[in-house]
Amino acid sequence: MTIANVLFKRLAPWAAPALLVLAWQWAATHGLIGSRILPPPLEVLKAGVTLAENGELWTHLKISFWRALIGFAIGGGLGLLLGLITGLSRRGELLLDTSVQMIRNIPPLALIPLVILWFGIDEAAKLFLVAFGTLFPVYINTYHGIRSVDAGLVEMARSYGLRGWPLFRDVILPGALPSILVGVRFAIGFAWILLIVAETISASSGIGYLAMNAREFLQTDVVVLAILLYAVLGKLSDWAARWVERIWLRWHPAYQ
Amino acid sequence: MTQTTLEGTAGVALAIRGLSKRFGTQTVLTTLDLDIQAGEFVAIVGRSGCGKSTLLRLVAGLDRASAGRIDADGVPLAQSGADTRLMFQDARLLPWKSVLANVGLGLAGDWQPRARAALGEVGLAEHAHKWPSQLSGGQRQRVALARALIHEPQLLLLDEPLGALDALTRIEMQQLIERLWQRHRCTVLLVTHDVEEAVALADRVLLIEEGRVGLDLPVPLSRPRARGATGFGAIEEQVLARVLRQPELATPQVDELPIAPGALRWAL
Ligand SMILES: Nc1ncnc2c1ncn2[C@@H]1O[C@H](COP(=O)(O)OP(=O)(O)OP(=O)(O)O)[C@@H](O)[C@H]1O
Ligand SMILES: [Mg+2]
Repeated sequence: MTIANVLFKRLAPWAAPALLVLAWQWAATHGLIGSRILPPPLEVLKAGVTLAENGELWTHLKISFWRALIGFAIGGGLGLLLGLITGLSRRGELLLDTSVQMIRNIPPLALIPLVILWFGIDEAAKLFLVAFGTLFPVYINTYHGIRSVDAGLVEMARSYGLRGWPLFRDVILPGALPSILVGVRFAIGFAWILLIVAETISASSGIGYLAMNAREFLQTDVVVLAILLYAVLGKLSDWAARWVERIWLRWHPAYQ
Repeated sequence: MTQTTLEGTAGVALAIRGLSKRFGTQTVLTTLDLDIQAGEFVAIVGRSGCGKSTLLRLVAGLDRASAGRIDADGVPLAQSGADTRLMFQDARLLPWKSVLANVGLGLAGDWQPRARAALGEVGLAEHAHKWPSQLSGGQRQRVALARALIHEPQLLLLDEPLGALDALTRIEMQQLIERLWQRHRCTVLLVTHDVEEAVALADRVLLIEEGRVGLDLPVPLSRPRARGATGFGAIEEQVLARVLRQPELATPQVDELPIAPGALRWAL
């Protein structure tokens, strides 16, 4: 493969977005789109630089990032724990699975009025929503992953003397891991969606607040900036999840 | 496996009485009786689907018999605590562990040098760091063989361990199994489709048919056995003749066969 070929492969996926931004800039500066509706990308960039320089951007970014992370850690952690319990023990499945499946059918966004009644517009409200939404994808995939571990391998490991923790660590967990990580990736995507909604509805900080606040002052450039920031954050966290997959699943033929 | 000082790991004696196994309405084994001496090397042959793997799984304690019992040294096998290892017909390597770690599965302490030595003996030393998915079928089988042999069990159950190997590697692995058996004196049950392999390795060749032991033939040849030795071919043909005579399969009589039985030793 020549260098040009490599370059082409690297750059080709970005060609369409780059063209789009150029067209957007051109249309905005030639008055085809009013700057109220969609400010030119350079304006958005300028707004970003201003906010970055006065430090506001980083404060809000940090807060949103922590909310997503903590909410996901709580929800994902609980989902993993419940999934392990129901996946590993028949009794646990009998006791818990039906209840979890029932709660799963509640759309998280339907809880918003109740969440506001419970927590007001506190930090806890956002964390609760994110945790609630991320619990189920991780739960389902953990449970399903453990149940679909190759029974032949478990039988082999048992007959080679593995019991309890070593059996779980060496056979069941790695066997369920591909499925668990699918759940994690899904949950991460979902965490951002829920956070956007929660921050837009009620917040005094975070990117969603930044956007809503800017709307009141008709700062369309900042609103667009906030939307783009969400996209970037979502993409970054997906990259992180994929990176973890590549490390943990490097034995898998799909990652070689 | 190589430099262990654990001498005198003698095998267990097996006594199987009235062993039956049914899957739903299908009866695979019916009131099978079998005695195996401690340290004996027994080969089991039989047509595909006759219940060889089923018998091995019962002896390994992986399935429960529908009726009958298996005793080891006079005690029920499950309670005897006899150290048993089964090499499965499918290799069953853990895909997320390196080849070396697969061989060392279930070993405690400083297992790496031992696993490396075991891999060396099956000729795969340079593949130690690979993932199982990067090996060929025959290589995977040899990893599974190394994993079974490294434990030096009292009772070693091998389910077609060399099925996917070429003729040359096959003979090497046969010699390896024989060598290890002579060193540790464990009891070995070897399932194989290759009658020549059975005669080359075993003290006794058993044929399973209709859920029972249809033929129990001692192999009184001295070791190491050359394929061309006088008694060898005769025993081999005796087993083949018996297999081909199985009535309900309506195969022609041996003397009517257009080809010599010896040419059919892979036909099981
Ligand atoms: N778990 C099971 N459930 C139902 N039937 C089974 C099961 N395991 C084996 N059998 C049946 O029992 C019979 C014997 O199977 P077994 O695996 O012991 O054959 P085998 O002699 O090892 O054959 P091969 O040489 O092809 O490996 C087959 O007819 C098979 O369909
Ligand atoms: Mg079989």
